[in-house]
Amino acid sequence: MSTTFEQTIRPRSGWQPIDFQEMYLYWELLAFLVWRDIKIRYRQTLLGGAWALLQPFVAMLIFSFIFNRLTHVQSDGPPYKLFAYAGLVPWTFFSAAITQSSNSLIANQQLISKVYFPRIFIPLGAVLALLLDLVLSLALFAVMMIYYRWPLTLAVFWLPVFLLGAILAASGAGLILSALNVSFRDVKYAVPFMVQMGLFVTPVIYPERYVPQRWQALMGLNPMAGVVIGFRHALLGSAASWQTVCVSLTVCVLIFVTGLVIFRRMESRFADII
Amino acid sequence: MKPILEIRGLSKRYYLGARETKLDTFREVLQRGISAPFSALWGKNGAANGKIELQPFWALKDVNFDVKQGDVLGVIGRNGAGKSTLLKLLSRITSPTLGYLTVRGRLASLLEVGTGFHPELTGRENIFLNGAILGMRKAEIRRHFDEIVAFAEVERFLDTPVKHYSSGMYVRLAFAVAAHLNPEILVIDEVLAVGDLSFQKKCLGKMGEVSRGGRTVLFVSHNMAAIENLCSRGIVLHHGQLHYDGSAADAIQYYLKSLSTKSGTGHLVDLDGVGERISRVAPLLRRIEFLTDDEEPLIEGLAIGARLKLNVHFDLPKPMSNFNVGLGFNNSYGQRVFTAHSIFEPNRWEAECDGQQVLSCEIPSFTLVPGEYAVKVWLDLNGREADAIEDAAKMTVLESDFYGTGRVPWNGTMVLKQRWHLEQAANPSGMDMKSESQTGQPEKLARKSIAEG
Repeated sequence: MSTTFEQTIRPRSGWQPIDFQEMYLYWELLAFLVWRDIKIRYRQTLLGGAWALLQPFVAMLIFSFIFNRLTHVQSDGPPYKLFAYAGLVPWTFFSAAITQSSNSLIANQQLISKVYFPRIFIPLGAVLALLLDLVLSLALFAVMMIYYRWPLTLAVFWLPVFLLGAILAASGAGLILSALNVSFRDVKYAVPFMVQMGLFVTPVIYPERYVPQRWQALMGLNPMAGVVIGFRHALLGSAASWQTVCVSLTVCVLIFVTGLVIFRRMESRFADII
Repeated sequence: MKPILEIRGLSKRYYLGARETKLDTFREVLQRGISAPFSALWGKNGAANGKIELQPFWALKDVNFDVKQGDVLGVIGRNGAGKSTLLKLLSRITSPTLGYLTVRGRLASLLEVGTGFHPELTGRENIFLNGAILGMRKAEIRRHFDEIVAFAEVERFLDTPVKHYSSGMYVRLAFAVAAHLNPEILVIDEVLAVGDLSFQKKCLGKMGEVSRGGRTVLFVSHNMAAIENLCSRGIVLHHGQLHYDGSAADAIQYYLKSLSTKSGTGHLVDLDGVGERISRVAPLLRRIEFLTDDEEPLIEGLAIGARLKLNVHFDLPKPMSNFNVGLGFNNSYGQRVFTAHSIFEPNRWEAECDGQQVLSCEIPSFTLVPGEYAVKVWLDLNGREADAIEDAAKMTVLESDFYGTGRVPWNGTMVLKQRWHLEQAANPSGMDMKSESQTGQPEKLARKSIAEG
């Protein structure tokens, strides 16, 4: 502890630079918030961590029945179940992450009005805590790969890139939505709806080539489109249209940066209006 | 040496009514026009375009003071004087509207005991989580872990989720974590108003230790005894402004004097201009008369357990029968210890009345412990509060021999008649059980002795 540490608190309004130094000082707290979210997520549930696997797995079974059996959606190569699951892994992460993080500030309003720390850690923590679920569902995916005897390709080394894309997109959206949720509780109702619709505009249950050529560019604007296509490429070796993927990943980065900036601008009023 | 804390022109403005008229849904925003959502988002208040009148309210206005290293500063003021706002600004929870403050050192604030405690987590887990939230490093928490546990006296329940803790254990654990923070500046809000008396003493002791260690402490409390014991310096806030800055004892004197000039004394209190009045309908309350045995006016103060009669004079704005008067008694810590209200009267009047009225409240035996009580009086018309005066009058209960033993009750909030006797201890245990279940007497006795302790 040094006595040279000096800080002046002045009125704050308008755009603020992002304080990376402070985030570094507090990083242990971020780790604690993630740990707390993981610890309490499945407390007092019967199935516990199995819920992390159950959600994408059951969704996969239902989708493969409806879309593959009944409406004959094709998977372009790999068994449809593998195909759907590879898309559902990042999608489940993304949808849970924006649902949790958009409500995170409201759920922690007691903290916000009673103690100071970088507020950004609350929505970020909510997103990062879901990575454990993602890892678990990837483990189940590995079991399925063995069961279906589907080979892993070198493309798997791309996985971290797409994983990062998913984290950035979820965090960015989570930051914006959680900040809006402080003043406008509409977010609480809008998010589940958005997530539901998002599943259909993202190529999770159908291959990307089902989307007509003239809509392909538009699809690139959906950050999760690139992530899902990329996950499938990395895990199953499916073909990917790199143009869509690149646009999509750029959108992921843009959403994240926008989220940071907007959150930073709005955070000074959280304690007053929450 | 530069002051460790420098506060210059510090002001904070809130908008009254902002809570109720807050724009809760996009629809409301859209109703205010297309440009409004942006100003709402970016924090410019929407009042500018005249659609919603928000009353500006300065919770803190142009406050200036310095704190030197090692100062233990007590912040005094009545409710709403801006104490909590000051602490929130210091701890960076909210940012000032005008002015600035400079902090030279690590500052930790404790505005609430147990912030961030999660009921599902165990005591051990919560120590780490709460410590991190309060700004401690993991290594630091680990170093103090045993001390914290010993201080909180929860060793046996460390691995039990805190939702199963008693409220006393919960508070002890929470304070223990905070007490082991090691900042250069410690900011503490009324957190000692919780827990049992012995633990409060322990907390005060710990805080004394902290401040003697040369650390700077800012301490907000309604407990004047605690301020006097712990603080070297005191400031008095009133309506958001700094009214007094001096030694703790002088600041307390100043504060108490400002209170007593505001609330009425004597046996006949004219309610015009005393206390803090909120008249939702009109200033209808006129005066209160304090009487004791034989309708004698109460002048010196009331002996414990003596008869108290209060006559409340007021006006009714129109003929009605549904009107009630409430009287609240707050002790010197600002805690409500007793409320009398005419709705509790079983034999109510039915008649319709109008104009000047007197409602008389009789308390046959007023059994609060000796001390000074602030009386709040309010009038309800048709079930709604029409006129209310906080700190309308002061009333003293004198130290007197309630139990007839020459001993003055000193602890707790009230006195109760009690009887003690020694039970015959010679009975065989089997017999004893029987007689216990028949009479229930030993059980009652046990409860009494707990209440006394």
